[in-house]
Amino acid sequence: MGVVVIKFVRITPAHTFWLKVSLHITSLSLLCVTYYQAFTDQLGADPVKAILHFTGIGAFNLLLLSLLISPLAKYCRQGQLVTLRRPIGLYAFTYAASHFSSYLLFELQLEWPLLLSELIKRPYITVGFAALLILSLLTATSTKSIQKRMGRTWQKTHNWVYVASLLVALHYLWSVKSEIIQPIIYALVLLVLLASRKAKFLKPIKSALNKRANKRTKTQQSKKKLA
Amino acid sequence: MLIRTPKSSEIKENQVTDEHVYQNRRQLLKSMGFLGASALLTNQHASASSWFGGGDDETFKTSALEFSQPKHFQSEDVLTPEQKIISHNNFYEFGTGKADPVTNSQSFKVDPWSLTIDGLVEKPITLGYDDLYKGFDLEERIYRLRCVEAWSMVVPWIGFSLADLIKKANPLSSAKYVVFDTLYDPEQMPGQRNRFSGGGIDYPYVEGLRLDEAMHPLTLMSVGLYGKTLPPQNGAPIRLVVPWKYGFKSIKSVVRIRLTDKKPTTTWEQLAANEYGFYANVNPQVDHPRWTQASERRITTGGLFSRNRIATQMFNGYPEVATLYTNMDLRKNY
Repeated sequence: MGVVVIKFVRITPAHTFWLKVSLHITSLSLLCVTYYQAFTDQLGADPVKAILHFTGIGAFNLLLLSLLISPLAKYCRQGQLVTLRRPIGLYAFTYAASHFSSYLLFELQLEWPLLLSELIKRPYITVGFAALLILSLLTATSTKSIQKRMGRTWQKTHNWVYVASLLVALHYLWSVKSEIIQPIIYALVLLVLLASRKAKFLKPIKSALNKRANKRTKTQQSKKKLA
Repeated sequence: MLIRTPKSSEIKENQVTDEHVYQNRRQLLKSMGFLGASALLTNQHASASSWFGGGDDETFKTSALEFSQPKHFQSEDVLTPEQKIISHNNFYEFGTGKADPVTNSQSFKVDPWSLTIDGLVEKPITLGYDDLYKGFDLEERIYRLRCVEAWSMVVPWIGFSLADLIKKANPLSSAKYVVFDTLYDPEQMPGQRNRFSGGGIDYPYVEGLRLDEAMHPLTLMSVGLYGKTLPPQNGAPIRLVVPWKYGFKSIKSVVRIRLTDKKPTTTWEQLAANEYGFYANVNPQVDHPRWTQASERRITTGGLFSRNRIATQMFNGYPEVATLYTNMDLRKNY
């Protein structure tokens, strides 16, 4: 029903401005309040675990939200929505970076050799770290001027968000002991969001197939000519 | 026939929240499907309010116990605050989150209780609720508790040696292992109602020890902590405590202790035998496949900045149990 309503309301730049304001307020205030509670030992018995879960789940939520924007904008014909994608993505990175920093600072407590061995030995940490590297790259190339300078490669680079999101889903699934229901729900939501981009993923495959087919017909034609 | 015309100022019946709904409003909020971060916050809120008297949630009543304090069971370690011990629990019968047990277990009924000791014994015993506190000399023992998830606490337990209990039943010479069962009661334990809410465990929760491990003087049947009877989230009314093994071995709310000649398959072995073995001795040299066991974070007081990562000790710092495992490859028998 929400989708139907949104079709009749034209989203203007004023609307997206307020949406952005509420995004900033929610993401930042939640992060600040939770860290404050953790610093002052008001976040349950183990504030380290609590902050890791909060930032991890928060990053995944924001990442899914950023992946929701394009299909929503397309389906509802609300081009303006796309301007929300960048700030949401940047907050996803902020939460992910907080997640990793908290792991390093408060869980491992700056034991660098331990970080290194955990990164190598534990697959769920390896894939999580790989996802963070991708998100860092996307964040570093997120400004408008860089986007212009990169031209076509920018879109290709930012398609790596799909790889990152799959790695995040795997990271979550592998990190739990036996309570896999919530990670599975997250993975399913992600798959639905990726499935909505079916055409995009199939396009390069199709064009490659077409090229090959074209080549074949051309060589056949030239063979005919020779004959 | 009486036709009553309500005054316009009167509250109409459909405006009143049904009491049942009102009482369950927190549950309702949770069931509306706030996942992740919000679930974390509501849990925190519920547990905080129920423990500081701010909420209307019923809090389980514990009572003071009488006990001795043998010197050799006291400790230099800084105790984990009571509030943390009773609000940070793994007890999947009441939910898989760390704050779920304290939230979901406060109406748990422990009296009447029945604990049976049977199997390969001459004289099977059944203990009722009062017998748990009266039949034995209760001692306070301060033990380190090392969770397989690499966090640890220091807990002042109150209880008695499991050996004293087993001796009362006169074990037969054929008995080699001791099997423990947690209560199975899906009505009271929401995690047992279906596989999804209980972390995929096939209930009841089962644990086991070799008979010589069970008879070791360190092995404790605990009925209390911090001077009072156990709250449900910590395994009321009676639980096992094996301080040199990972926490999941210390089974809670025990209803049956059975002596057998065969090694039982324990709950976590069933779930993931490559990650959780039968012995589960604390061992810094044998990592969990997914994380290191060489160090741990000790939960005491302090927020994020407390530097609480410490080296994990072999057998959790209880070297006197090493003789139980001479000539055993502890890498294979993890």
